Amino acid sequence: MFADALQFVVDERRLILEKTWEHLVLSGAALAIAVAIALPLGVWLGHLHRGSFLAVNVANLGRALPSLAVIALGFVFLGVGFWSVALALVILAVPPILTNAYVAVDGVEAEIVEAARGMGMTGRQILTRVELPLALPLIFAGIRTATVFVVATATIAAVAGGGGLGDIIVNQAGYGLDGVVGAAICVSLLALLADAGVGLLQRRLTPPALRGTAPSFELDVHHRHG
Amino acid sequence: MSGAAAEIAFDRATKRYPGRAEPAVRELTLTVPAGAICCLVGPSGAGKTTAMKMVNRLIDITEGDISIGGTSVASLDVTALRRGIGYVIQQVGLFPHMSVAANVATVPRLLGWPKGRIAERVDELLDLVELPADDYRDRYPAQLSGGERQRVGLARALAADPPVMLMDEPFGALDPITRARLQQELLRIQHEVGKTIVFVTHDIDEAILLGDRIAILREGGVLAQYDTPERLLARPADDFVVRFLGADRGLKLLALRRLDELELGPLDGLVAPTADASTTLRDALSQMIVSGARSLVVVGDSGEPRGVVTLETLAAAVS
Amino acid sequence: MTDGLVEPLVAQSGPVIPDFGEGSDCVVDNRLFCPDWVRDNWSDVLQPALVEHVQLTIIAVAIGLVLSLAAALLTHRFRLLERPFGTFSAVVYTIPSLALFQLLVPVTGLTVTTVEVALVGYTLLILYRNIVEGLRSVPPEVLEAARGMGLTRRQTLWRIELPLAVPATMAGLRVAVVSTIALATVAALVVPKGLGYPIFLALREAFNTEIIAAGALAVALALVADALLVLAERALTPWSSARRTT
Repeated sequence: MFADALQFVVDERRLILEKTWEHLVLSGAALAIAVAIALPLGVWLGHLHRGSFLAVNVANLGRALPSLAVIALGFVFLGVGFWSVALALVILAVPPILTNAYVAVDGVEAEIVEAARGMGMTGRQILTRVELPLALPLIFAGIRTATVFVVATATIAAVAGGGGLGDIIVNQAGYGLDGVVGAAICVSLLALLADAGVGLLQRRLTPPALRGTAPSFELDVHHRHG
Repeated sequence: MSGAAAEIAFDRATKRYPGRAEPAVRELTLTVPAGAICCLVGPSGAGKTTAMKMVNRLIDITEGDISIGGTSVASLDVTALRRGIGYVIQQVGLFPHMSVAANVATVPRLLGWPKGRIAERVDELLDLVELPADDYRDRYPAQLSGGERQRVGLARALAADPPVMLMDEPFGALDPITRARLQQELLRIQHEVGKTIVFVTHDIDEAILLGDRIAILREGGVLAQYDTPERLLARPADDFVVRFLGADRGLKLLALRRLDELELGPLDGLVAPTADASTTLRDALSQMIVSGARSLVVVGDSGEPRGVVTLETLAAAVS
Repeated sequence: MTDGLVEPLVAQSGPVIPDFGEGSDCVVDNRLFCPDWVRDNWSDVLQPALVEHVQLTIIAVAIGLVLSLAAALLTHRFRLLERPFGTFSAVVYTIPSLALFQLLVPVTGLTVTTVEVALVGYTLLILYRNIVEGLRSVPPEVLEAARGMGLTRRQTLWRIELPLAVPATMAGLRVAVVSTIALATVAALVVPKGLGYPIFLALREAFNTEIIAAGALAVALALVADALLVLAERALTPWSSARRTT
């Protein structure tokens, strides 16, 4: 049965590639926007050590948002199409990025920041030269979680006309079981590759001295005890 | 095994680790009399903790034997053995999720004591370590200071009334004032319960203060000298021991004796600074230096003069 | 839903007026949110969906917890298992839910089982990692004291290590429960159960109120569950809120 599915993928590779591209564009756009919004905000709040209540509870709320509902609402308010789904995906992607960015920067040990200030660094210099490099692993953990989440949810977007590999997966009548399973395998691989890709990027950008301390999944902020 | 203290005997105890040329402990042979505190001292790498851990088999002995009260520790079931030995470590290791009372009750519970007896014993022990039971019974370790934690650790080790206790640098993590206080506490408790204790420390002063016997180990777990503090200070066996005891060995020796142990000279109407009869010879010497006098008048509890001590009699007392 | 999952709604071209017959003006005009509709349809649409949703979640998290606990205990004993278990749960976690459903449907059919297998799979990563971390976080001196005092390995595990792993486990459980509640809405694409089903039906007609009502219920359910778990954690770990007052 899996053999048939793979056969489908090979036979219909143009279709698969087209759908994969749609999927990537949708995910990429949503992710880019989410990062553009959430990363600076989280980093800035963390640097100022303000708004912890907001940052932490946004994560909780974000986790509680049912993806299907958000996509459905996007469809309802903005109609069919790329941007309504993209918006829904942005809403879902922002929380993990925001919270992790906040916790990462806020959590840089106070002694280190104080030493930097004592050496005469300005606020901005502290942020760029001390806090950000140290916060990088956790920030990337958040981006990685968001990436996987977006790629996965983009699949569901098909029910609202979002396109992408989900189109095939929800349409068994049109593509048959082989098509559906084939597309499912493709999107799984896509998600795994995206995850690995961000992981690689994370490792590249992490200062060598800090490698080996990076978490590989979203840390629950409530996990810190005592 | 519980109740009265028992003798601990090391018989050519050796520990070799695979791949290392030198053993960690080499043929250690000594006997700790029942009810005595034996301090294992030495520089790091001297194998003192290793030697101690061979007693409760946290580390397995390679050659030789160790026996408690005549019974070889190797012949006993290891769990039963450990439940019969009080074990105190530097970081204490109190169970954070249990109250003070539950911590202290750990071994009695393992031994299946009835609840009533356990509760009584817990209160008795908290009393012994001077932590009022009503106050401390239900507290959690996170709520205690370092000194309080180690007291609970002590109570926990004594709970099942073991004949033997092993203490691994128990006061090492405390500030000097708390450490001094707990050292005195230990002496007081020992006076009351009289256990056989193996006490590991790297601090020679602590060993001299607490130990009835002191075993000085050198690198490679070799016994350099095993003696009472007085004999150790008066007659060190070799250069290593001399160096380890420190350049102020003479003063340490003076600190072991008190004015009321000496034969005092006649008063003869001498006018001199006074010193209480319970003063150590070392403090008396210090007083003489500071006051510029060569003699002191020794006085008793109610201030009545008992006799005179001079610089010469002080020196003669320890040579 | 007959032989497959959902049919896409791309065919819808514009807003469609839901045909509810005696619907109030609010409903007929498809305004943002109509409380009267919620009241009218609570017991036959929303409540059953809510109950089903709770059932789906509880079963998934319970099974997930048992499996993760077993895996974590095995890993605790045999370190080598960590890589395989960790990688497995990470891979499952990464597979998009819809894809996972579709991969399972040929095997387990369009049933609740399919949904539960997928939901359980998604809880494994966070629960497994957190329990392992929790077991590892026991301070070494506590373990040494336990061993020196004569606790057997099993006694140490049950009386010391597992209780001390509760905080980390609860943290993972909170994330797992909240995520599962959100994810279970997608289950409606396989079986007509849970809060996803009304959302899904409403999607066909672009009916705002139902989508918002069901969606809000799901969010509320998640937040209530989270709060309950926080309370449960506090009850289970009286020692963690104790602090020195002197």
